[in-house]
Amino acid sequence: MGFESHPTGRWIVTIYRGLCALLSVVNSKIVDNVGLKRHAVLTACMTFVLVWMGGLVTSNRAGLSVPDWPNTYGYNMFFFPPSKWIGGIFFEHSHRLVASAVGLLTLILALWLFGRKSRPVLRWGGIVLILAGLCLCLKFPAHDKENICLSVLGLGSLAASFVWPASEPSPRWLRVLGVSAVAAVVAQGVLGGLRVTELDARIGIFHATLAQLFLVLVSAIALSQTEFWRGLPVQAETDRRRLRFFFVAATCLVLGQLVLGATMRHQHAGLAIRDFPAAYGRIWPNTSPAAVLSYNQNRMEDSGDNPITAFQIELQMAHRIVAIAILLAVSLGAWRACHYLGRRHPLARLAFLWFGLVLTQALLGAATIWTGKSADVATAHVACGALCLVTGGLASFVSFRMLAAPVAQCGAAQKTELPSLLASSSITH
Amino acid sequence: MTCAASRPCYFFILICFVLRKLPMKRFVLSAMVVVLMGSWQIASAGDVVGKVTLKGTPPPEKPIAFDDTCSALHPTVTTTRHYVVGKDNGLANVFVYISKGLEGKKFTPPSKVVEIDQEGCMFHPYMAGVMVGQVVRFKNSDPLMHNIHALPMVDGNQEFNFAEPSQGDVNDTKWTASITKPEVLVKIKCEVHAWMFCYVGVQDNPYFAVTDKDGQFKIPDLPGGDYTLTAYHLKATAKPGVSRQITVGTGPVTADFTLEVPAPK
Repeated sequence: MGFESHPTGRWIVTIYRGLCALLSVVNSKIVDNVGLKRHAVLTACMTFVLVWMGGLVTSNRAGLSVPDWPNTYGYNMFFFPPSKWIGGIFFEHSHRLVASAVGLLTLILALWLFGRKSRPVLRWGGIVLILAGLCLCLKFPAHDKENICLSVLGLGSLAASFVWPASEPSPRWLRVLGVSAVAAVVAQGVLGGLRVTELDARIGIFHATLAQLFLVLVSAIALSQTEFWRGLPVQAETDRRRLRFFFVAATCLVLGQLVLGATMRHQHAGLAIRDFPAAYGRIWPNTSPAAVLSYNQNRMEDSGDNPITAFQIELQMAHRIVAIAILLAVSLGAWRACHYLGRRHPLARLAFLWFGLVLTQALLGAATIWTGKSADVATAHVACGALCLVTGGLASFVSFRMLAAPVAQCGAAQKTELPSLLASSSITH
Repeated sequence: MTCAASRPCYFFILICFVLRKLPMKRFVLSAMVVVLMGSWQIASAGDVVGKVTLKGTPPPEKPIAFDDTCSALHPTVTTTRHYVVGKDNGLANVFVYISKGLEGKKFTPPSKVVEIDQEGCMFHPYMAGVMVGQVVRFKNSDPLMHNIHALPMVDGNQEFNFAEPSQGDVNDTKWTASITKPEVLVKIKCEVHAWMFCYVGVQDNPYFAVTDKDGQFKIPDLPGGDYTLTAYHLKATAKPGVSRQITVGTGPVTADFTLEVPAPK
C-alpha cells in the first residue's frame, strides 16, 4: 500500500489495472478460419520484413535518397524503372513498395476480421475507385496508367464483395485491433513521407517507433487466429507470483530501449562510441567539449555523418545500461516462469525464447560496435530488437489469457471496467 | 577594392569640394597633397598570401567502397579526403577567411559562378568558398542519378534536398534561395551515394580562400587595415579555426599557418 500512496506509484497501478482490464477481454472465443489465419500470419511476416528493410534504409544512410514523395524522382512509385534503383535508391524505393504491400495486406486483414459486415464497404469502395479512375482518365489523360490501375483495383474490390469475406465477424476487440492496424499503417506511410519532404530527423524517430508497435499489433492479431492460442487454457491458474506484471514491465523496458535506439540511429552521426565494452577506453566516457572535439577530429568517416555530440555519447551509454537492465529483467522473468510454472509451461517456454532473443540482441549490439556499424549487422540488431518486442508483447498477451489475477490485486479494476468491455464485445464468437 | 568601402575616399571628395574655392596656386598645391593622401589609401589594398602546413602524420585515409555503378567509374582505389597533404607538408582544403575587421561593411557578391560538380561519384571540389548571394551551380556530370542535400546549421539557412537524376542536369537557383547567412562550413552530401560529401564556406564578404593542393592560398585586394585572419580545417583545427592578426598596407602580406594533427584519443 506504501507504493500505491506515492503519486508515481498511483499512476503505475492505474495503468496496470487498465491493462489488466483491456487484456482480460482477449479471452473471448474465436472461430477457426484457416484463410484468415494464414493471411494474418502473412501480414505479420511481411511487416517484419518491412521493419528489416526500414533498418537497411537507415543503416545504409539512404533515407533521403528519394527526395520526393509520394512520387519517386517524378515517377509514379509503382512505375519507377528498375534500372534506376541504384545506390541508396534501391533500399528506399523497395522499402516504399513493400510498405504499400503491407498496407494492402493490413486493409484486407481488417476487412476479413469484419467478415460479411465488410462487404458493403468493399462494394462501395470498389465503385468509388472505378468512378475515380474513370474521372481522372478524363481530367488527367497523361496519367492513364495510374488511372487504369485505380479502376482495375476498384473492379477487383467490387467483384470480391459478392463472394468475400464469407466468415462471421470476429470478436469486437479483434475488429478494433484490425481498424487500429489500418490507422497505424496509414499513419506510418504519412510519417515516412513527411520525413522525406520536411527533412526533419525527429519524424524518423516516430516512424521507427510506430513501426515496432505496428508489428506487435499485427502479430497479436495473427496469434489470436492460431491453434496455439485457442488451445491455451483460459485463466486456469492464479498469478500469485506477479508474472504478468513482469512480462508487461519488461516489454515496456524493451519498448523504451527501442525508442532510445531509434533516437540514436536518427542522429545520423554514425557510432557515437567506437569501442565496447569500454567507452573511449573508460567505464564512463569523457564528454567534455575538448574530448568530444578530439573524438570528431580523430574520426575518419567515409560518409557524410553528422559530428558526434556529448548528447549522442550519453544516449549510447543509456542504451547500454538499459540493455543490461533488460537482460536482467528477462532472465529473472524466465527463471520465475520456469520455477513457478514448470519448464514445459507455454509461458516458461516463451520466456526462455525471449531470453535467447535478448541475449542475441545484446551480442548483435556489441557486434555493431566491433564492426564499425556495418550496415548488415546494425540492421540485424534492429530486426532482432523488433523480435524481442514482439515476443515480450505476445508473452504478455498469453500471460493474461492463461493466468488469472489474484482477486485482491485486480479485482477492483475488473469489477468496474471489465463488465462494460465484455458487454460490448461478441464473446459468443 | 571598392571606393565605397574606404572612408578616406569621402574625405578626399570633401576636401576637393572645399579646395576649389582657394586661389589657384594654393589650390594646386593642396590638391596634390590630398591626391597623394587619397592615392595612398587606394593603393593600400593588398593581397594576403600564405601557406598552411601540417605538422605530424595524419591517420590513413579510408578507401571508399563504391557500389557497382560507381566502381565502373573508378578503376583505381579512391580514398576519403580528410587530409590532403601536398608538397612540403602543404595542407589542402583549408578555408581561410577574415573573421574580424570587416564588420558593418557591405559588399556586392561576385558575378563568378562557383560550380560544384558530381563527377565519378565524388563532389568536386571537396571544399569551396562563396559569398552570400553568389551563385552556386550544382552539376551532374555522371551518367547516373545523384542528389544534393545541404545541411546548414545556422538559423536562417534552409536545409534542402533535391535530385539531379540525369547527366548534364544543372541547378543555379537552389543555393541562393536557401543559404542567405554566413556559415563556416555548410556540408553537402549525396543521399544516393553515402560516401559523397563536400563543404562550402559562406561569407558576407569576398575575402576568403581555400588552400590548393600544396597548401597555398591568396586573398586578393583586401583593403588596408587591421584584420583577424582565420584558417579552418575540419580535422586539424577546432571551430572557428586558428587565427592571427594581420595588417594590410600597400604591399602583399604573407600569413602562414602551421596546423597540427590532433593527438589520438
